[in-house]
Amino acid sequence: MLPTSPAFKENAARALQEERLQKALARTKPQFHTKRAKAVAALPEFEQIRDIGRDIKNHTLQFLDHYLETWAENVERAGGHVHWCPTAEDARAAVLAICQRVGARIVTKGKSMISEEIALNDYLERHGITPVETDLGEYILQLRHEPPSHIIGPAFHLNREDWEESFRKSHTDLPPDRVFRERRDILTEARTKLRERFLAADVGITGANFLIAETGTSVIVTNEGNGDLTQTLPRVHIVLASIEKVVPTLEDATNMLRLLARSATGQDFSVYTTFSTGPRRPEDPDGPEEYHVILLDNGRSSMLGSPFQDMLRCIRCAACMNHCPVYNVVGGHAYGWVYPGPMGAVLTPTLIGIDQAGHLPNASTFCGRCESVCPVRIPLPRMMRHWREREFERHLTPSFARTNLRLWGFFARHPGLYRLATRAGAALLGWLGKRRGGRFTALPLAGAWTRGRDFPAPEGETFFARYQRLERSHAL
Amino acid sequence: MLQASPNLAKTPRVALFVTCLVDFHRPSVGIAALRLLREAGCHVEVPRAQTCCGQPAYNSGDRATARELGRQIIETFSGYDYVIAPSGSCGGMLRHHLPTLFDDDPNLRARAEALADKCYELVSFLVDVLKIESVGARFSGKLTYHDSCSGLRELGIKDQPRKLLAAQGAEIVEMEDAEVCCGFGGTFCVKYPEISTRMVSDKTANIAATGAPLVLAGDLGCLLNIAGRLKREGRPIAARHVAEVLAGMTETLPPIGETR
Ligand code: SF4
Repeated sequence: MLPTSPAFKENAARALQEERLQKALARTKPQFHTKRAKAVAALPEFEQIRDIGRDIKNHTLQFLDHYLETWAENVERAGGHVHWCPTAEDARAAVLAICQRVGARIVTKGKSMISEEIALNDYLERHGITPVETDLGEYILQLRHEPPSHIIGPAFHLNREDWEESFRKSHTDLPPDRVFRERRDILTEARTKLRERFLAADVGITGANFLIAETGTSVIVTNEGNGDLTQTLPRVHIVLASIEKVVPTLEDATNMLRLLARSATGQDFSVYTTFSTGPRRPEDPDGPEEYHVILLDNGRSSMLGSPFQDMLRCIRCAACMNHCPVYNVVGGHAYGWVYPGPMGAVLTPTLIGIDQAGHLPNASTFCGRCESVCPVRIPLPRMMRHWREREFERHLTPSFARTNLRLWGFFARHPGLYRLATRAGAALLGWLGKRRGGRFTALPLAGAWTRGRDFPAPEGETFFARYQRLERSHAL
Repeated sequence: MLQASPNLAKTPRVALFVTCLVDFHRPSVGIAALRLLREAGCHVEVPRAQTCCGQPAYNSGDRATARELGRQIIETFSGYDYVIAPSGSCGGMLRHHLPTLFDDDPNLRARAEALADKCYELVSFLVDVLKIESVGARFSGKLTYHDSCSGLRELGIKDQPRKLLAAQGAEIVEMEDAEVCCGFGGTFCVKYPEISTRMVSDKTANIAATGAPLVLAGDLGCLLNIAGRLKREGRPIAARHVAEVLAGMTETLPPIGETR
């Protein structure tokens, strides 16, 4: 996926005008906010669990090499294979090599953000392998050739009409009188198509929400059960995971799971939580013959020991974007790459470069709502600010803004001059403003402000001028 | 007149951190703060060497300028018992961010921390520290209150202004999403004007839906944004800083963006 992040502004402006998208985004509140708030309120120790979650992740990151090695040893012990992949290219190649070795033609896939990150589908298709997305949202996006707009609800930007439209276009055998009134109708239609694919697939690819070091287990959570079919029916199960997914113990994983579903969808637990350890053993009734984990770094290890290390605690719950007032009005596609919202604003610059993703950490009011809901207490605004600092250091900040800042900084450091300048400015604007009813509908150099709102005029006298005046006349 | 707080052993020496927006735009808010603090029993001074808390630089990634201003603030304000700002945003900057500017300088970091501990936003200082339960001025009528982000999330300001306003006689009608950002965000509002305008339009719609003729907040940045949008939409709703109401200035001072 070629990033369109440099065009964030244009993307956002377009998104604000898209009626259908706005209709879909309006569902955020009932679907995510209210449910999360309820789930959190119902668990008095939630705040404590957050602290524990943060600490577990911090501890793991501190000894990441140790836990990854332990985890990998245990995967191999259970008969699985670990493929260490420093880059996206390595990860794609590793998946392809497995698929080619087993002669795979159809590959079913559970939802995986890593798959998006490494643009796996296009790559497999180019090599003659058909990837089939089995998560309902991902499935429709595949039909529409669209990227996900949300990390847990990939098709969150679509409405029921969009689904129906896509089905009628792609499923050409649909009788015209077939109704799509409810979610269930959509589900049934997708299921019919997917059932055939599940049985035909040679390889099943899933993501991983957690990797457990002490047991060599990968964990996925889904609400549709598609993940289970994806990983148990084909002969080969490939797990796509990144290095920060590891936690030390089963116990730790359960703590993280208690945070994940509540923060994501307001459920106490997702409908399916599946633990996979190695391939099928002789006594197992089912399961894959081969179990592989593609372990992706893709720049993450460079975040260790940097101001961005805390970002590696992220468990991809999406609470930050659900509660982000900017995401809520522009949607995920505006961010222009795989990870949208506040977590994307921090992560994307690491993965595709700050010169590409420079807008993302700037497109925030620092309202702090993301941090207040993040289950692992990632200081997202602080890290966005770090990116702004890097941009400033590297002169990526627009020169107009730099000049303004420098000028303002000069005055702010010289209170005497500052007093004179502000006094004159306030007097002028105040005087003009009084003639205009106390506000300006347009002002030179302030078009960005006045296009959408009036500019209230200042009173005309600065505080310091008034204070001096009142003090002199003993009127204070 | 309200009672000097019984909780203070001595008269505290308080520095007013005027904030650049109040200084330039709405000095009455500074005067209101001054009066409220005096009436609450404080000895208030206004150090002349102050300009701005440094957020424009800090949030634009210009750490060097933010540090220089931070140093200036430490020099200017360290000698007081308390430093009070009529803004949750500047209050948050002083209390939580100032020390982080000096992570590599233990000496300045320690001084910044000592100062940060003494910095408060005006209304939370009156209620939480001085234990003021009511102010002298009365106010009757409906109003709605926007919770500015930094005040709410960095300083825990939520009930304090409502408590004082209710004690004055105000009827507070809560708006939907009072805790959601108004879209100001410092330079954000001019860097991403379309997004900002959409956010503030959602805010003004929520304000209007309460039926209250007055919206209050504790930060002038948000208020300029909200008032500007209310005026543009032609809505007959007044916007004011909470300190103006607490100090009983509503009769003499026109609302933000109006001349009366
Ligand atoms: S940053 Fe926090 S809130 Fe956002 S997805 Fe990650 S864990 Fe969830």
